[in-house]
Amino acid sequence: MTSGVGAPARASIPARTLRTDRWWLPPLLTNLGLLTFIVYATVRSFMGKWYVVEQYGYLTPFYSPCLSESCLPGSSHFGTPLPELPGWIPLGFVALPFLLGFRLTCYYYRKAYYRSVWQSPPACAVAEPHGSYSGETRLPLIVQNAHRYFFYVALVVSVINTYDAIVALTHGLGLGNLVLLLNVVLLWAYTLSCHSCRHIAGGRLKHFSKHPLRYRAWTLVSKLNVRHMQLAWTTLGTLVLTDLYVMLVASGTISDLRFF
Amino acid sequence: MPYKAKFKVWRGDVEGGELRDFLVEVNEGEVVLDIIHRLQATQAPDLAVRWNCKAGKCGSCSAEVNGRPRLLCMTRMSTFTEEETVTVTPMRTFPVIRDLVTDVSFNYTKAREIPSFTPPADLAPGDYRMQQVDVQRSQEFRKCIECFLCQNTCHVVRDHEDNKDAFSGPRFLMRAAELEFHPLDTADRVPAAQEANGLGLCNITKCCTEVCPEHIRITDNALIPMKERVADRKYDPIVWLGSKLFRRTK
Repeated sequence: MTSGVGAPARASIPARTLRTDRWWLPPLLTNLGLLTFIVYATVRSFMGKWYVVEQYGYLTPFYSPCLSESCLPGSSHFGTPLPELPGWIPLGFVALPFLLGFRLTCYYYRKAYYRSVWQSPPACAVAEPHGSYSGETRLPLIVQNAHRYFFYVALVVSVINTYDAIVALTHGLGLGNLVLLLNVVLLWAYTLSCHSCRHIAGGRLKHFSKHPLRYRAWTLVSKLNVRHMQLAWTTLGTLVLTDLYVMLVASGTISDLRFF
Repeated sequence: MPYKAKFKVWRGDVEGGELRDFLVEVNEGEVVLDIIHRLQATQAPDLAVRWNCKAGKCGSCSAEVNGRPRLLCMTRMSTFTEEETVTVTPMRTFPVIRDLVTDVSFNYTKAREIPSFTPPADLAPGDYRMQQVDVQRSQEFRKCIECFLCQNTCHVVRDHEDNKDAFSGPRFLMRAAELEFHPLDTADRVPAAQEANGLGLCNITKCCTEVCPEHIRITDNALIPMKERVADRKYDPIVWLGSKLFRRTK
């Protein structure tokens, strides 16, 4: 610790931090939350079954769009232009890498995993364990600047998920429809609250007064943007909840509560 | 009710120092700076502390209380229990001068590296006109009291002394953003922010925002918008092509 808080000329204090609160708790919880989601999403993405309820039109977002001939009946809302896939390729492979990229490069998630996984820093005023630091100035982290491209694809995927939820409504109304709709609404809120969206909507302007509509759009996105962290976690939860519900109904573990 | 609080205060200079224990009276409504002043008055008359307004507006009394970067005058003693030991140290990112006083000249050096406000050449002072809606983004950053707590807590320089040359810190990246967003500023701030001020070193972990006593949303409203503007220029060929084809200005 000779280059950081232990550098010559700074106050000689041996401790890495003098914080007395539980500063280690938020990174720990973040790690547990992210790990839980990654394990669940990985298992479900490769499971290859119980992802569609044909009778009610429920399709889990982890398998949408399902474009392969391997897809079960009722899951291919956009046809099957792709041939059968080997089992090691997830059926949702068209969208999943972009959704993963969208979240990996998200300004909130960056903060979360830089702090919790990479410990850079683990908490404010707690010395990080790394000897050197180059930030986002070189590969691979310079790729974080591509966030806006993942945002564009995430918009398309949100449209697809919305279509899936609407298709399900043509089969009647059940609790599963409400779960799908809730998930879609929150996914839109998360996607539109993105910092890149805020910039594209109007943040890049110098003169708001010359662009009243874009200023209005920027204002609305800014209001959502304040909740970006909450939406990031909430949508991880609703993605799992939605997938879990579809899986339980599809596997016959529970029956869907039908309203009509 | 008055009580005796346990304090640990760092005493020393650039040659070395240590945390010294004190037992000192605390009265209702007092802040940490009051207790430091009581220590000066009763037990440690040579204790060095920089302070001025006692109202959270001058930015002088920045230090670290229980390891957290805080203004001494805005940290209420009522936030601690009577049994708790309160540890006060100088800011740990800047060279120490003596006791709680540090040499913050790093910040003035970085301030001088930001080109000043550059209005249009044909616009005389007094003729400046702008819409409130255009200038309001910059106004949030004008609340800065230059306490340098954000500079102190930013791990880019706090944990890596060698980055001090390349990185201006959140306060001065925010200053670049303030001018970049200003409707009458004509200078191109974006390349300098990335290259000279080291914006790419920021990994947006938001500690600057967490410690700001003025509650400026430094990361969300200054650093990330500047990163997005850099992405416009350096990493987004579509925006670049559009600006060439349609000759769009801001």
